Amino acid sequence: MALEDARTMDGLDQLEAQSIFILREAYRKLKPMALLWSLGKDSNVMVWLARKAFMGHVPFPVMHVDTGKKFPEMYDFRDEYTKKWNLDLVLGECPPVEEMDPSLPPAARSAARKTVGLANLIDKHKFRGVVAGIRRDEQATRAKERVFSPRGASHQWDVRNQPPEFWDQYATPYEDGMHVRVHPLLAWRELDIWRYIERENIPLVDLYFAKDGKRYRSLGDQDITSPIESNASTVAEVIAELETSRTSERAGRAMDHESEDAFERLRVAGYL
Amino acid sequence: MTQTHSPSSQVRHGVSTPIVIVGHVDHGKSTLIGRLLYDTDSLPDGRLVQIVESSRKRGLAVEWSFLLDSLQIERDQGVTVDSTRIPFQLNGRDFVIVDAPGHRQFLRNMITGAADAEAAVLVVDAAEGVREQTRRHAMLLRLIGINHVIVLLNKADSIGFDEARLKQVEGDIRQLLGRLEINVNQVIPASARDGDNIATRSEKADWYKGPTLLEALSLIQPPASRHALPFRMPVQDVYRFEGVRYVAGRIERGTVREGDRLVIGGQGQEATVAEVCRWHAPHYPVAGAGESIALRLEPDLVPDRGDLLCPAGDEAAAPQKAARLKTRLFWLRGEPLRVGESFRLRLATAEYDVTVAAIDAVVDLDDLSLSPADEVPPDGFAEITLAVARNILFDPFAPGMPDGRGVLVDRHQKIVGGAPLIGPAALPEGSHAIHPTASGVSDAVRAGLRGHGRAVFWMTGLPGAGKSTIARHAEEALSREGLHVTVLDGDTVRSGLCSDLGFSPEDRRENIRRVAHVARILADAGQIVLVALVSPLIRDRAMARAIIGEDWHEVFVDTAPELCRSRDPKGLYAQAEDGRIAEFTGVSSAYEVPEKPDVVVPGDGDVARSVRHLTDAVHKAVR
Repeated sequence: MALEDARTMDGLDQLEAQSIFILREAYRKLKPMALLWSLGKDSNVMVWLARKAFMGHVPFPVMHVDTGKKFPEMYDFRDEYTKKWNLDLVLGECPPVEEMDPSLPPAARSAARKTVGLANLIDKHKFRGVVAGIRRDEQATRAKERVFSPRGASHQWDVRNQPPEFWDQYATPYEDGMHVRVHPLLAWRELDIWRYIERENIPLVDLYFAKDGKRYRSLGDQDITSPIESNASTVAEVIAELETSRTSERAGRAMDHESEDAFERLRVAGYL
Repeated sequence: MTQTHSPSSQVRHGVSTPIVIVGHVDHGKSTLIGRLLYDTDSLPDGRLVQIVESSRKRGLAVEWSFLLDSLQIERDQGVTVDSTRIPFQLNGRDFVIVDAPGHRQFLRNMITGAADAEAAVLVVDAAEGVREQTRRHAMLLRLIGINHVIVLLNKADSIGFDEARLKQVEGDIRQLLGRLEINVNQVIPASARDGDNIATRSEKADWYKGPTLLEALSLIQPPASRHALPFRMPVQDVYRFEGVRYVAGRIERGTVREGDRLVIGGQGQEATVAEVCRWHAPHYPVAGAGESIALRLEPDLVPDRGDLLCPAGDEAAAPQKAARLKTRLFWLRGEPLRVGESFRLRLATAEYDVTVAAIDAVVDLDDLSLSPADEVPPDGFAEITLAVARNILFDPFAPGMPDGRGVLVDRHQKIVGGAPLIGPAALPEGSHAIHPTASGVSDAVRAGLRGHGRAVFWMTGLPGAGKSTIARHAEEALSREGLHVTVLDGDTVRSGLCSDLGFSPEDRRENIRRVAHVARILADAGQIVLVALVSPLIRDRAMARAIIGEDWHEVFVDTAPELCRSRDPKGLYAQAEDGRIAEFTGVSSAYEVPEKPDVVVPGDGDVARSVRHLTDAVHKAVR
């Protein structure tokens, strides 16, 4: 009998293998660490990849920084899959918007709450690694990110002085109070995420699928996220829609569009 | 060349081909990318409007580079700081364009962008020709292992697409890349701004018969399969879930099959692959290069992270073994590299303590010649020899392969250089090999024995500032509390260990180097070390800091120069002013005040207060 050959990897296989490698590096080098679970499609894919990396387990906490303004469907989803996936859920609260930098435009100011909530949670648990599901294709400043992105004690992103990162060797923190943002999905594109969701049959909150001619392409707080016109009501239909789409994914996220540098300012301060 | 592109044979569904765009600053990299995205209709709706708006705000015509230069600083200063990636499609094939900054100061970002590219486009201004960063980038392409290079002679319109001049520039570049053993796949005369020979053939250069840039991109072949090579998997981690032990890692080359016999690392233990494990995937008994998997071994051994798993019983398939390694270094630290410095060498998931045993040759970027030198300058290239305490296993570096990708990190876990491993280094005739050994006693164990942590307080200041006095008083006070303290004082050291040294800048530097190494040894033994040394130059203190590493604390003993002069405890100022002592700091040679000392101890008040200042800082560091 002829022996089977190793399979040829397609694009999703390559992305999956690289993300697993990154998660395993992070888990080995950054203790304690936690994964940011925003309940959106990307972070569900990330939890899924963690289970791939650790043989069905997620051996570190998942954090949900709760703005209190998510859609009710998202809270239901969180409770259901915390149980089903056997997750160690850590919840964080956000301060009121009045305490945020008043020089930011309104939606960015609202989004900044999450930055502070996240910072408090990281400080409280002294996390050295924080896994976040950002992607390069989402937003131009995210395109400049590293896979391992060190943050100073005040959580600032020193965007002008990022460490070199090549040949799968990543920076690890070298001073007390620092942490590293780990980005296993950096190389994924929106379509890859959906094709992987389809292939692996990963559950999602229903808001992504069209009802009455509208669906959400990206999910943030209720008051600063708007749905798009769409009739895509299944994963396959979403993929077909995206294959011909010419608008950007975050078009429905208000804080990205208020001023030229609003998003960069948010990110430098520690936003995702 | 008139061949047309036939996509069907090259499309890999869902697989992107990364292409890095490199070249000297202002030779038009960002403009080229803007043009490529525009010509391939790859811009999302609204992006073009944004670019026009951002350009208008700064009083510019449409500035293509704003597509990529997304950071505020980049748009304001018109310079690419960090690399970025943009996907685009060409005849159904996915590419990712990596934009790399051309400025020398952002070299680390260029490498970050370029390291995983499958091909490069080297952009050269047709009128300016080869410039410094052209050579530097070409050198890096070689060292990071990219061997498919397309040269774009940009702004060819500025010299009217003149055939003779363009051929001349082409000749220079072919010669440069040839010396670096880089394959030149195409040399294309073009204008990115006007779109000549980018997507469409230019009528301005009817003598040119080669492909347009888009045609040249579609000719890039996918990387060769690594399945047929001998198996290698560096162990990334070992897990135990529900009583099952998993040896996790990514296969770097070859394949592994259930039932295969493997040898684990350098110790030579053998085991059989009992199962190739994946979660939420149908069971499949084989895995190949690129896959992140977990193995169950029989017997149930526990390898260490970094152990290389290789086929057992096959000499021909074994990796190389050596304790002295020849590497081609690209150096990324702002300070020069010197012989004797120690680092961690990361090689896939393994880490080793290494010492720079020799700087064999440094590359002169002007003519790419190799010449002997004592140090490797910042952003320099060199062939160096690294010494490891024991034999390590490795496969030599080869372009496009994951083998031999050594990276040097300092004591702060910062990446300071790339060190592709070329092969074992021969021992020079008649010399002794250095084989540094690392202590097996951990810092935590030492701290437990001593009851406190370790630290080096490097006290710098003018002669007569009070450094030795404060250090000696602090030594007494700390010792009374049961802390283990040693003082290394300039004059004391010079009476013994450094009695062969004078006060020339070179000798001062050597004095500091020796004291720093002694301080490091004492700190490694768990001591608190107080160094009292004028150490007038920032550069020399930086060297000491590099030697001592994370235990270093810089203390500036801040005493007014007039007061030091009037104190003159050793009568030295008087002699220096008489000209009887040459090169006396504060009189005939400079003292450079520390820019950001960790501690400032005032030296002109009462001694007890100065001592308290220092001991407070010591307590904070070692508690």
